[in-house]
Amino acid sequence: MTSLLQNLIDGLGQGSIYALLALGVAVIFGVMHLLNFAHGELITVSGYAAVAAFGSNLSWWLVAPLIIVVSIVTSLVIERVAFSRVRGASEFTQLLTSFGIHIIVSAVLIMSVGASVKTFAEPPWIFDRIDVGPLSLEKFDLLVIAVTAVTLAATTWLLQRTTFGLSLRAAAADFDTARLMGVDSDRVIRGAFALSGALAGVAGIFWLMRAGNTDPSAGIDPMLKGVLAALIGGLGSLRGAVLGGLALGVAEVLLRSQLPSSVAVLTDAVVFGLIAFLFIFRPQGLITVQHAERV
Amino acid sequence: MLLEVDNLTTQYGSIAALRSVSLTVAEGELIGLIGPNGAGKTTLLNTVAGLLEPATGSVRFKGEDVTGRAPDAMLRAGVALVPEHRRIFVDLTVVENLRIGGVTVPAKEREPLLDEMAELFPVLRDKWTTQAGFLSGGEAQQLAIARALMSRPQLLMMDEPSLGLAPILVDVVFDLIVKLRDQGRTLVVVEQNAARMLEVADRAYVLRSGELVVEGTGAELGARDDLFKTFVAGGDA
Repeated sequence: MTSLLQNLIDGLGQGSIYALLALGVAVIFGVMHLLNFAHGELITVSGYAAVAAFGSNLSWWLVAPLIIVVSIVTSLVIERVAFSRVRGASEFTQLLTSFGIHIIVSAVLIMSVGASVKTFAEPPWIFDRIDVGPLSLEKFDLLVIAVTAVTLAATTWLLQRTTFGLSLRAAAADFDTARLMGVDSDRVIRGAFALSGALAGVAGIFWLMRAGNTDPSAGIDPMLKGVLAALIGGLGSLRGAVLGGLALGVAEVLLRSQLPSSVAVLTDAVVFGLIAFLFIFRPQGLITVQHAERV
Repeated sequence: MLLEVDNLTTQYGSIAALRSVSLTVAEGELIGLIGPNGAGKTTLLNTVAGLLEPATGSVRFKGEDVTGRAPDAMLRAGVALVPEHRRIFVDLTVVENLRIGGVTVPAKEREPLLDEMAELFPVLRDKWTTQAGFLSGGEAQQLAIARALMSRPQLLMMDEPSLGLAPILVDVVFDLIVKLRDQGRTLVVVEQNAARMLEVADRAYVLRSGELVVEGTGAELGARDDLFKTFVAGGDA
C-alpha cells in the first residue's frame, strides 16, 4: 500500500510534465486541427539555450524563466516561418510540415553546434528526498506537481476568464463562426502557439533539469510523450490531455516498479502496447470532444 | 447607400453559385432575399460577410470598397451575419456566446450590451449560464440573433432565421425582425417563407439559380402571382 502510494506520487510527478506537454499539443490541435509533431523542438531549442546560459555561469533560477521565454519565442517563430504558410492547406500538408520542422531544426543544430550531447549540471537538490510518514518523496516530484498545479490553474483562468481565452475556445469549436463574430484568426492562432510554447517551457524546465543534457534530437521523446498523452486523453480535449499525461506518467512508474526487472527495461514497449489496446476499445480517447454542429 | 453589391459572382470550383448579382440596401431598410433552394441566397450573404471570396464584382459598405475582406474585418466594419443553421457555440454557455459576439466591443461597453440583450430576449435571461447546446431550437435562434447584435452592427444579415422552428416560434422570430427594424436597424433577411417575408419587408429581391430575377417593394412583389411560379417551378428540383 505504501509503495503503491509512493509510486502514485512519483508517477504524478512524471505525469505532470507529460500533462503540460500534452496540453500544449491539445491547444494547437483544438484551434488548427494540427497534430504538432514539432512540439518537442521547443524543448530541443530550450535545451541549447540552457547550455549557452550555463556557459555564461547563470544559475537555474535565471535559466528557468529563460527557458520559458525561449520556448514561447521558438513556438511563435515556428508558426510564423512554417505553419502560417500552410494555413489553408490540407491537414495532411500541415502534419508533414510539422515533421519537416523537426528535421530542419535538428539538421541546423547538427551543422551549427554539432551532433554531440551537451551536458549541464542538474540542480544540486534534484535527488533530495523528504520523508512524509512512511513515504520518502523526491523534492523534485513535489516541486513539479506544485508548479504544474499552479500552471494549470493559470491556464484555466486564462481560458475561462479572459477575452483571449473565450476567443480561443470559440475558434476551437467552430473557426469560421468565430471569425464571423470578429475573432481575428491570426491573433488567436499566434496566441495558441504562445500558450503552447509557455506550457512546453514549464515542462521543458523540469525535463532538462532531470536530463542534464541535450542533443539535436532531444525533442523526440518529449514530443512523443506529449502527443501520446493528448491522444490518450482524446484529441482536442484540454482536460483529457491533462488526464492523459497524468495517466501516462503513473502507468510508466507503476510498470517500471512492479514488473520483474528483466521486463522493466521494456516499460516503454509495454506502455505503447497498452495504449494500442486502449485505442482498440476507445479510439476517441478517454474524453470525447463534442464539436459544434457542423454543416 | 449603406451596402452596394455590384455584379457579384461567386464560384464553388467551376460552378457559379451566384452570377452578376447587384443590389443596394439603404440605412434603416428591411430587405428580404427570397427564392428557392439553391438560388444563391446563402452564397450571397456569405460572400458579403467575407466567408467566401467573390470571383468578380464588388461589395461597398458605407461607400468603402470592402470586397474580399476577411469575416472579422467585415464585422469590424459593421456587418454581422446570423449564419445558416445558427452555429451557436454549443459547448459555451449562453452568456459566453454573447460575450464572443461582443468580442470587438470594448470590455466596459460589453456589460450594458448584455443587459440590453437580456431585456430584448427574456427567454435567454433565465438561461444565462446554461450550456448553449441545451437550448431549444427557438431559444438557440434567439441566441444566434442576440449574439450577432452584441457587435452593434450597422447591417444585420440573417440566413433563414425561421428554419426548422415550430409555427409559434416562427411568429416570435418575425415579430423580432419587425421590432429590430422599428428600432431603426438595417436588416437583410434570407427566408424560404416568402409570403411571410414580403409582408414585412420594405423591399425584396428574388433570386433563382444564382441570378437576380426581380426586385420590388414587399407589397408589389406580394401581389404578383407569377412570382410563386418561380418558387414552384424552381423548387427543389
